[in-house]
Amino acid sequence: MGKVVIKHQATAGTAESSDIQIVIDGNDNGVDINLVSSVENQFGKQIRKVIRETLDHLGVENAKIVAVDKGALDCTIVARVTAAVMRSADQNKDYDWEALDTWNA
Amino acid sequence: MIRDAAIYGADAVMFDLEDSVSLKEKDTSRFLLFNAIKTLDFGDLETVVRINSLDMGGIDDINAMVRAGIKVIRLPKTETAQDVVEADEAITAAEKQCGRELGSTRMMAAIEGPTGVLNAPAIALASKRLIGIALGAEDYVTSMKTRRFPEKNGEELFFARSMILHAARSAGIAALDTVFSDINDMDTLRKEAELIKQLGFDGKSVINPRQIPVVNAVFTPTQKEIDNALAVKAAIAEAESKGSGVIALNGKMIDKPIVDRAERVLMLAKAAGLAVEE
Repeated sequence: MGKVVIKHQATAGTAESSDIQIVIDGNDNGVDINLVSSVENQFGKQIRKVIRETLDHLGVENAKIVAVDKGALDCTIVARVTAAVMRSADQNKDYDWEALDTWNA
Repeated sequence: MIRDAAIYGADAVMFDLEDSVSLKEKDTSRFLLFNAIKTLDFGDLETVVRINSLDMGGIDDINAMVRAGIKVIRLPKTETAQDVVEADEAITAAEKQCGRELGSTRMMAAIEGPTGVLNAPAIALASKRLIGIALGAEDYVTSMKTRRFPEKNGEELFFARSMILHAARSAGIAALDTVFSDINDMDTLRKEAELIKQLGFDGKSVINPRQIPVVNAVFTPTQKEIDNALAVKAAIAEAESKGSGVIALNGKMIDKPIVDRAERVLMLAKAAGLAVEE
């Protein structure tokens, strides 16, 4: 996908079981991920990897992420990160589903 | 719940992007379901999604869900045949765009108001994609200035149910009944399921996994019904081998409707996972 610029802070997801809440904001240099997870020891590395890959796929080069994970599947993480990015970039409709479809966690 | 949907014994699972999703979360729910449908294995379970109306985000719903590989799209609040035609066209465009086989996405139309009920025969014939029409009763009874009376045999829904059944049968598609909302009242759920089975419905929507075994039990043929169906089939086979014209079983003539019913009983028994030896 083309480059996406984070325009403002946005949130997607909940703090309910099996979900992950993503708060995204602009950043000056690169991607910073602050993860709080109930399964940090077992899956922290994988969760960060999925968040980072999703941002790469969406063309986000600079972002600050706060993620509160409650045991989300990878497909949920992708969905929440994607929604947060779209919201922060004010893309509310007519999504490029073809581009979103070219990649899976 | 999305992850575990396949384990409860339902024939189909229907994900909702419409009324159970707040207006502020339409985007997140669509992304969530798009990724879930693409990733998770639902086995033999038929996946259905209830989309928003086309002017309220339904086009984005269709584009996402067709691409993700959903099997059936359920159109909400269907009022006219034109509603079905427009959704069909949007699905066709989405199939072309993502290279999915044309026509492989099926449709179900939910009829939820008096106009839809009166137009049910035309709605049922409006698209080759349609596999069934369904009654959505809560909106319907509100439009009719009444409420649901399941404990009184649901007379308030009798006309709508009858219209939908006739329209579906005339078009050769399935008729599916509305949900029963009280998830703690299994007795009334069972009575309602018995009523709609008696009327001729093919099945009933449920809103909680606990309701699945109750409805399945009503729709699963009894051993007596299965034995009778097998006897009918055996009598037919015997008569055919002898070249007999008139067939009787236990003193009753067997004609085509009886054979058709016997075959339906055996089909339902097999669908319920019962061992049927023909």
